[in-house]
This record gives sequence, C-alpha cells and structure tokens, in this order.
Amino acid sequence: MSLRSPLGRVLGHGSAGHGSGQWWAQRVSAAALIPLALWFFYSLLALPALDFGAAHTWLALPRNGFLAALLVAALTYHSYLGTIEVVEDWVHGTAMKLGLLLLLRFMYVLIGGASLYAILQVAFGNQAS
Amino acid sequence: MPARNRPLSPHLQIYRWQIGNSLSILHRLTGIALALGLAALSFWLISLAGGEERYRAAARVFASPVGVLLLIGWTFAFFYHLLNGVRHLCWDLGVGYERTQRHLSGWFAVLAALGLTLWVWLALWHFGRI
Repeated sequence: MSLRSPLGRVLGHGSAGHGSGQWWAQRVSAAALIPLALWFFYSLLALPALDFGAAHTWLALPRNGFLAALLVAALTYHSYLGTIEVVEDWVHGTAMKLGLLLLLRFMYVLIGGASLYAILQVAFGNQAS
Repeated sequence: MPARNRPLSPHLQIYRWQIGNSLSILHRLTGIALALGLAALSFWLISLAGGEERYRAAARVFASPVGVLLLIGWTFAFFYHLLNGVRHLCWDLGVGYERTQRHLSGWFAVLAALGLTLWVWLALWHFGRI
C-alpha cells in the first residue's frame, strides 16, 4: 500500500513530466502575438517597397525596432514552447527525446539572440552600411 | 481496484476522421511550418543588419520561385494558426464549445485563412511587388 496521495502519484506523469506552467505561458505568449504579429505583417506589406533602404529606414525607427524586438521575443518563446510540446508528445525514447529537446533549446536561443542582436544593430549600428 | 484493468482513454486511431481533429492536426503542422518561418525571419533580420550586399542576396533567395512558394505557404500558415489560435483561446475561456459553433468557427478559420492568403498575394501581384 502506498501512502502517497492520488495527486502525488499523478504529478509529473504527463508527457512533459511537469505541470501547467507551459500551458499558461503558451496562452499568454499567444495573446501577446496577436497584435504584434498583425502589426509586423501589416507594416511590411504597407511599405512602398521592401528594398534595403526602405526596410532599414523602417526598422531603424525606435518604435518599430522596439516592437520588432518584442515580436521576436514573444515569437521565439511561443514557437519554442510549441515545438517542445510536439517533441514531448511524439518522440519516444529518453535519449532521442532529451537530445532533441536540448538541440531545440540551443537553436531557439541562437535564433532569438541573433534576431534581437540584428534589430539592435540596425537601431544603433553604423547607418552608412 | 487493480490499476491495469481500468479503461484507457481512446487512442488516436480510434477516432473517425472529421473536421475537429483535422483542424487540430493542421494547427500543429502550421505551427511547425511557422517555426521554420521564424528561422527565415531571423535570416531576413540578420541580412538587413549585414548591409546592402547581404540584404540583396537574401532578397534574391526570397524572390526565387521556391522562396515565393514558401512565403505563400507561410502566409497561409500564419493566418490559419492565428485564427485557429483565437478559437483555442476562446475555448480556454469556455466559449464556443457547442457542436455547431465548433464547426462554424473551424470552417471560418480555414476559409478565412485561404481567402486572406489569396487576397494578400493577389494584392502584391496587382501592385507589381512580385
């Protein structure tokens, strides 16, 4: 006979191995992405052209750079949570699962970090380029 | 009660193929597609920060036939994932669970995403952007 409570026995047995934190984070980042993604999509389409000059001038504006940085942060986080969830649900075998999860974490930090750095470079970098 | 004899929840292959599970699967597929789109967005931003030469090279990749095809696909994935995501957020709030509501909002998400994709790319084509 186990003395553990029914709750104690089921905790940690979902495919993620932990609780509802990811669920909430996914919803909150999704809500943040609705206005941010629509703004970005509309802004790029509304530019008269998407050549280097137009795109650079647009992103170099403080408001656009700030919102683009928020978008990249929310997008990277949301995409990370979603991809992790797919791996947790569908990839079996501890080594394969752990390996993929680690790889994805590194990839997302790399992509998010590089994107944010690029936005900052456009905002504060050498305008002559 | 022996734990082993308990009824298990039905697994995937037991469900009849219908709009509900199709759209749920499509939500995940478009999510994965958009994860690749995030990599493309990152590539675009890095090229933009890298100067005019780099940006031109990146723009050529995006303007290639394969590039345009991918961009059209990402446009659909974006709109569908956005609209279906709103459906999911509504369900999380306990709204729209009735059978007819689910079916209506599901069809709306698919058809609106297709319509918006068509509209965006026809507009781009009309204004000579592609």
